[in-house]
Amino acid sequence: MSILDQINPTVRAIPPSGIRKFFEILDQMPEAISLGIGEPDFVTPWHIREAGIRSLESGHTYYTSNWGLPRLRTSICNYMKRRFDLSYDENQVVVTVGGSEAIDACIRVLCQPGDEVLIPEPSFVCYRPCALLAGAVPKVLETREEDQFRLTPEILEKAITDKTKLLVLPYPNNPTGAIMEQEDLEKIVAILKDKNIFVLSDEIYAELTYRGKHVSIASFPEMYERTVVVSGFSKAYAMTGWRLGFACGHPDIIQMMVKVHQFGIMSAPTTSQYAAIEALDNGDNDIETMKKEYNLRRHMIVNGFREMGLPIFEPLGAFYAFPCIKSLGISSNDFCTQLLQEEQVAIIPGNAFGESGEGFVRCSYATATDSIQVALDRIKRFVEKKRAEG
Amino acid sequence: MNGGDTMNAILEILAKNATATSEQIAAILNRPVEEVRAEIKRMEEEKIIFGRKVLINWEKVENGMVSALIEINVSPQRGEGFSKVAERICRCAEVRSLSLMSGGCDMMAEVEGHSLKEIALFVAEQLAPIDGVLATTTHFRLQAYKTEGVMLSAKAVDERKAITL
Repeated sequence: MSILDQINPTVRAIPPSGIRKFFEILDQMPEAISLGIGEPDFVTPWHIREAGIRSLESGHTYYTSNWGLPRLRTSICNYMKRRFDLSYDENQVVVTVGGSEAIDACIRVLCQPGDEVLIPEPSFVCYRPCALLAGAVPKVLETREEDQFRLTPEILEKAITDKTKLLVLPYPNNPTGAIMEQEDLEKIVAILKDKNIFVLSDEIYAELTYRGKHVSIASFPEMYERTVVVSGFSKAYAMTGWRLGFACGHPDIIQMMVKVHQFGIMSAPTTSQYAAIEALDNGDNDIETMKKEYNLRRHMIVNGFREMGLPIFEPLGAFYAFPCIKSLGISSNDFCTQLLQEEQVAIIPGNAFGESGEGFVRCSYATATDSIQVALDRIKRFVEKKRAEG
Repeated sequence: MNGGDTMNAILEILAKNATATSEQIAAILNRPVEEVRAEIKRMEEEKIIFGRKVLINWEKVENGMVSALIEINVSPQRGEGFSKVAERICRCAEVRSLSLMSGGCDMMAEVEGHSLKEIALFVAEQLAPIDGVLATTTHFRLQAYKTEGVMLSAKAVDERKAITL
């Protein structure tokens, strides 16, 4: 029996990335302009970095509490109240290694083998594998362009069975840039409120909402106890490499998440935690500065695609645009591969984020405006060429 | 976005990129192109925008220009203050900028020339003798690190992976 045959079959069954060939081509093109980067192009603001540096100079190099630094958990509570009007006590907060770890721990804590996890797609690629690794059954909810990729009550209601345990709500959304507003959430809450279904609300892009303020499903009294809000510092404060996130929820859920966390991780990086305190306490202006810049780029990229005649709904969150390329009659994979080969521009096929992403492409605007402009010019040239060939 | 916001937003874009076209600015601000064009024209007429400039790192140019900051102490003129002297200094082509200052000197001029000697001779033979100029102190610029908000060192490499989901 080979080594591979002796690996956990659940792990083996998780499919490899559908765009690995695309990665291989891109590896050969270091000069390509990439609109495929899913992290901020800003460096962590200096005062936050300095707080991390100071913590090292002060010798804070030991483990913290499994829950995270008490001071940080207080700052998280203050931040959630200040920015989103969500009230949590410190015993309802756990600090994790990125929002990713919080997502994994939450699913493992809430789901038993056979439980169904509802996952709106297109969405970030981690939810399905995390559900599978927990022994749960992921069920995809295919959102639609005509609904601006929001989760509708019709789609949700059709998918619920007596095995449904958890709904993942990933909004603002990667890759579509879609958001769920107050009235959208009201309709979802109306369905969930009398059911014993929990919600994992991945709100990592919450600060990057360009119409109004982000509304969390946890703000609905009927859902507060059954919602775990996952967020972090990667996108709001450009702290991707610091690997820090957090989860807020019912104390019993959070306590169990701490149990999972403590055996696998011990505690989140101490330096990152001290930097995060500074971010939460004094970083509101940094968020607004970055968001303002993203918003300008959002207009630029959306207008750019509209000008080349590719349908694109207006993304109101995150830093992604999701234009439709169906009119060109080629697959998302082929579009992106050919664009890369012919124009040296890298964007991501929409089906990398779920089958309902086929026919779309994800373009990140987390990059400088001059790069966006050059990329748009090249994409336009490519699109015109494909139309002429068509 | 009201008129004042549009003006400031246009100026912020042009301050970073003087070559941005009205179409590009309109796309970034999500405003009609005609509105942006009209606003830029108004600002040019009112001398809010009074020129566009290319930033040059002369250190990378063989036989490029050199520059100095000159502290100037002047004697203000009765009824005219510093204006007359300032106007006279500004007429010198070598003077790239001139400002009235607080602190130890009255004015600060930025002067450009083809060599340090050329600048020194300009100061001695043309600037210092101007009526109303009492004294000058020349500081030659040895190396520029940042100009007009732009770092002159090698462009930072984007260390991010080209694709992250």
